[in-house]
Amino acid sequence: MSAVADTHTQDHHHGPAKGISRWLLTTNHKDIGSMYLIFSFAMFLLGGSMAMVIRAELFQPGLQIVEPEFFNQMTTMHGLIMVFGAVMPAFVGLANWMLPLMVGAPDMALPRMNNWSFWLLPCAFLILVSTLFMQGGAPDFGWTFYAPLSTTYGPPSTTFFIFAVHIMGVSSIMGAINVIATILNMRAPGMTLMKMPLFVWTWLITAFLLIAVMPVLAGVVTMMLMDIHFGTSFFDASGGGDPVLFQHVFWFFGHPEVYIMILPAFGAISHIVSAFSRKPLFGYASMVYAVGAIAIMSFMVWAHHMFTVGMPLAGQLFFMYATMLIAVPTGVKVFNWVTTMFRGSLSFEAPMLFSVAFIILFTIGGFSGLMLAIAPADFQYHDTYFVVAHFHYVLVPGAIFGIFASAYFWLPKWTGHMYDETLAKTHFWLSFIGMNLAFFPMHFLGLAGMPRRIPDYALQFTDFNMISSIGAFMFGATQLLFLFIVVKCVKGGKKAPAKPWDGAEGLEWTVPSPAPYHTFSTPPEVK
Amino acid sequence: MRVHAKRAVALAAGLLLPVTVMADWTMNMSPGVTSTSNQIFSLHMTILWICVAIGVIVFGVMFWSIFAHRKSRGAKPANFHENTVVEVLWTIIPLAILVAMAIPATATLVEMYDTTESDVDIKITGYQWRWQYEYIDDDFSFFSNMSTPRDQIRNRQAKGEHYLLEVDNPLVIPVGKKVRFLLTANDVIHSWWVPAFGVKKDAIPGFINETWTRVDVPGTYRGQCTELCGKDHGFMPVVVKAVPEEEYNEWVAEQREMAEMERQLTEKDWTLDELMERGERAYATACASCHQADGTGLPPAFPALKGSQMALEDMEGHIDIVVNGAPGTAMQAFGNQLSEVDLAAVITYERNAWGNNTGEMVTPKEIFDYKNQQ
Amino acid sequence: MADNQTYYVPEQSKWPIVATVGLGVTLYGVASIMVNGKQGESTTGSWIMFMIGALIMAYMLFGWFGAVIRESRAGLYSPQMDRSFRWGMSWFIFSEVMFFAAFFGALFYVRVFVVPWLGGEGDKGSTNMLWEGFQASWPLVNNPDPQAYPGPTEVIGPWGLPLINTILLVTSSFTVTIAHHAMKAGDRAKIKLWLMATIALAVVFMFVQSYEYLHAYRDLDLTLQSGIYGSTFFMLTGFHGAHVFLGTLMLVIMLIRVNKGHFTADNHFGFEAAAWYWHFVDVVWLGLFVFVYVI
Ligand code: HEA
Ligand code: HEA
Ligand code: HEC
Ligand code: CUA
Ligand SMILES: [Cu+2]
Repeated sequence: MSAVADTHTQDHHHGPAKGISRWLLTTNHKDIGSMYLIFSFAMFLLGGSMAMVIRAELFQPGLQIVEPEFFNQMTTMHGLIMVFGAVMPAFVGLANWMLPLMVGAPDMALPRMNNWSFWLLPCAFLILVSTLFMQGGAPDFGWTFYAPLSTTYGPPSTTFFIFAVHIMGVSSIMGAINVIATILNMRAPGMTLMKMPLFVWTWLITAFLLIAVMPVLAGVVTMMLMDIHFGTSFFDASGGGDPVLFQHVFWFFGHPEVYIMILPAFGAISHIVSAFSRKPLFGYASMVYAVGAIAIMSFMVWAHHMFTVGMPLAGQLFFMYATMLIAVPTGVKVFNWVTTMFRGSLSFEAPMLFSVAFIILFTIGGFSGLMLAIAPADFQYHDTYFVVAHFHYVLVPGAIFGIFASAYFWLPKWTGHMYDETLAKTHFWLSFIGMNLAFFPMHFLGLAGMPRRIPDYALQFTDFNMISSIGAFMFGATQLLFLFIVVKCVKGGKKAPAKPWDGAEGLEWTVPSPAPYHTFSTPPEVK
Repeated sequence: MRVHAKRAVALAAGLLLPVTVMADWTMNMSPGVTSTSNQIFSLHMTILWICVAIGVIVFGVMFWSIFAHRKSRGAKPANFHENTVVEVLWTIIPLAILVAMAIPATATLVEMYDTTESDVDIKITGYQWRWQYEYIDDDFSFFSNMSTPRDQIRNRQAKGEHYLLEVDNPLVIPVGKKVRFLLTANDVIHSWWVPAFGVKKDAIPGFINETWTRVDVPGTYRGQCTELCGKDHGFMPVVVKAVPEEEYNEWVAEQREMAEMERQLTEKDWTLDELMERGERAYATACASCHQADGTGLPPAFPALKGSQMALEDMEGHIDIVVNGAPGTAMQAFGNQLSEVDLAAVITYERNAWGNNTGEMVTPKEIFDYKNQQ
Repeated sequence: MADNQTYYVPEQSKWPIVATVGLGVTLYGVASIMVNGKQGESTTGSWIMFMIGALIMAYMLFGWFGAVIRESRAGLYSPQMDRSFRWGMSWFIFSEVMFFAAFFGALFYVRVFVVPWLGGEGDKGSTNMLWEGFQASWPLVNNPDPQAYPGPTEVIGPWGLPLINTILLVTSSFTVTIAHHAMKAGDRAKIKLWLMATIALAVVFMFVQSYEYLHAYRDLDLTLQSGIYGSTFFMLTGFHGAHVFLGTLMLVIMLIRVNKGHFTADNHFGFEAAAWYWHFVDVVWLGLFVFVYVI
């Protein structure tokens, strides 16, 4: 720690350190952002490989590749890794890279803590993945780990899983605190709240959600830990507890969590649609209010995941109405995007293709969400593949396409090179087809009565499962192409100008591409 | 080839029009055979079509922009970015649509929650991994296990028509009567679902959830457990036979008689071979899912019984763990799940099968005494 | 927001990675202790691992906070940096509030819904047929299954030690505020006096709390294992106690820093953060006192 002797002016004028220490010890938001993105993609491949195991087993009826207990571990780890390892870190990575550039700050507000937030993630996932090799296997109770399957009946590795969740929680909370401090405190002079780019707005609200609900997740896993090791009876009726208590606390975290996985994508998509429509975003203010409304409401709908647990009627009705209401602000966003495109001057480079697909397919996922929200109908949908179809429609073409769109949009800024447009378009079309092939038939499966989390199924579900698996393999294999495109773009390619997209707006396009190691040492003036 | 062509068409149609109901492809919810399931079905279709309509409008505008306002076609961008009137409109109209959806949904829900004035009460208990049906008013109960042979699951034998959806003892209910279900579980949370009735309710250990149905059409209806409950969650079907009332009454009388006979069997003098034979069957339905048919278990979760010290030496402990279970583990208390005969048979079997040749046997009477002295 | 120019972006730092290793090793050790202990295996190795992790954490805490203090004293921080710290601390406290909210939520849910249901009241009243003879009451002294969870013979009434503890903590909130005013006035002797008073009150609080726990375990059979009353009681008061301990530690460090001559009348955020934390701990206690002991 020689920082004390240094003056800050020196800090700003040297480049990155050499070797591994650059990454281990860095305080630079761009380095940390890159690490987050790389880590997230690695986790996407890992979680995706597990999905491939699931789809391979479900290719045909009967048990052929894995045993049921291992299948359950795959389902669980797939869900956990995708949610906590792939999607959330990807958005934090985007935030790290882009927030300081967008608000005109020299770095994140608390740079050292920023690095800690990142490094805790590999640590947490090391522990989580190590459970696969433990006696009794990895967690096998679903990513929702309902008690008492996860407490009394959980494998020994559950304890390690609990601590991994604690570490992820610490990481997310610190990351979110950093984001909020950066946004509230580090904006360039003149950038009032209502002039902030939407990605910044959505992240501000996402960070708030994170700080509000990650501690609740930590609380619920702590109660599990106490039940497992210290004889408490939170989730055991014989001592006066209730397994459903677990679900209430979990979903109080879990529902806001799903918006945590989509709001930053909303922000990024807003920039991209506007840029490739060459037209200002329609309804900026209502976009901001809509995101705020979604966030507030997300605290009041958690029990829509629990319509079949036997809540009192009044509870069912309250949660049904509240959930349905969320369609209104979300609708506002969809309408605003469409109106932004209306009478624009549209072109369809890869970011725009992914964004358009995002709008369409996310909306389809939203529609099925609305159907699930109708409590009586949910008695038929609940815990079937209809739910699996719903959430993959909001997560894969939602969160994941949002991340792809952002990645293509900002790759020139990050690397200084243009990516290969033809390959990127190929990536898009193969992903689009594969993804629909994989997940659309799941709606039919669910409606026809196929429960989720089963390694084997009745014969009438055979055809659609086969189609779904083929689509999944196609989608999965396509992601290797993405890896190739990014590596190629990092290594070289056409030089990117400071502003490669003629319709794009914002401070990030005022700095050269690639963005220098230190930017905005002196803040820009925003009018 | 014809099949392939048909599938391709179905696929294309399916992708474009999610609601197309193809001839022999089950793509949609079934209306079912109860008023609840019918109401749910019509709710489902209503919302679905509303969503499709909204989708057509929204995506219609979008595709219009995509075709007409392309840069490559020389479109010049407009510069508007606000319009209070449309923004208010597209907040209020969806709100109105939602209210319109909420009204029938509320009515259906209120009806589903009305469990009063039932004609028959049945207590359903979920176990890892089977269901127990208890006819409260008639004082008999039985277990319902999946009956699909393991060989079919392991692809060593052709799969039957009701693969995974068949059980040894289905639940039998009378047609036209309001049947109330009292749901609970013994270990983890399960969920009891029969799609054709529109009934799905979680079975939560230590609590009772109520739900009901009134089936109008006789027939056999199939469903599954829909809450992840461990290893064999996928192998825990629900089969319900709805029969006319007279038939139901006959069946109930028969069951009561059989329960009585079972009680008398305890008194009989059993030989080792008889117990072994009965034990093998009881073991296959009650124990094999965890300890495996060959007694090797799945360590460390489920211990092997083959060569287990307890099964070879410790008779007292063996009876105790089977009757009382091992609290806090998946090993349940079978004392009140199995009859004395089955308990004796299963224990005898475990002490003499797979090379555990102790030659020892326990009689149902001994089990009966063991249970009573506790 | 005009002073970005002076925003201090620290050099590369080894502390985050040390902290990661420390936390990971510590928690892995704790988990192994628990798992091996439960399976009746040796926990020696796990304890060693835990100790190593804890040492690394201690080293990290000294190093990291030391660095921050040095930087602060070297005048590298701007008012803007100060605001970042303030936002950071406020949101951290908010996250702690939500952590406790989970436990309070559990308590309310159990009292309002679960226990009455088990006792045969309300929407899920038929549940009582599984627990014949069980009657709902709060505090829950007789559990649904007294074999599995023997209840406490008695619970701790609010008007004895808990009331004393309430008075102690509320008083300590005042004393720390007086110290804060002294800080703003630059009166070091007065800061020390009132800070010491605060710490003393905190120590007495923890002492009383431990005595109460001992009493509960020894005389009342009120333990973690005595059903949902014991579970919620020890979870809430226990985590609160842990936070009191942490808060006291912070105050002690502040006292040391004051002794060393750190802080000025208008630059003393470290002290303020500790005071904020202390008020938070106090407010949580008031919630506890009302909902765990009184009502
Ligand atoms: C990014 C993640 C994400 C998002 C954004 C959403 C969005 C929504 N979700 Fe979803 N959901 C999940 C992820 C997500 N969900 C996951 C992971 C699960 C499963 C968890 C598990 O069990 O493992 C789940 C499960 C789930 C359930 C529980 C199902 C069950 O288990 O039985 C329900 C029930 O209400 C639900 C509802 C909704 C609703 C109403 C929305 C709304 O926000 C959608 C709003 C959007 C629209 C409606 C479309 C656009 C709007 C318009 C064009 C306006 C006009 C429209 C109308 C008026 C109809 N979701
Ligand atoms: C953001 C979250 C996210 C994402 C991106 C995905 C992506 C995918 N998911 Fe899933 N999924 C969840 C979140 C997510 N999922 C959750 C929360 C659950 C619930 C878990 C639970 O029930 O507890 C779930 C459950 C779930 C199920 C149900 C399991 C069950 O109920 O038993 C299935 C089944 O098909 C599935 C499939 C897939 C597939 C095929 C993909 C694909 O999109 C993945 C594609 C990616 C790759 C394949 C990786 C890249 C490629 C390679 C590594 C090369 C190797 C490629 C080949 C071998 C072809 N997911
Ligand atoms: C749902 C899973 C499950 C089922 C079904 C099950 N068991 Fe078990 N069994 C277990 C588990 C888990 C243990 C280990 C308990 C422990 O850790 O003490 C066990 C332990 C045992 C033991 C002691 C073994 C030893 O060596 O310690 C015996 C004997 C036994 N079971 C017999 C049976 C019989 C007989 C049946 C059927 C009537 C049965 N089990 C059904 C899960 C099951
Ligand atoms: Cu029982 Cu799933
Ligand atoms: Cu939700």
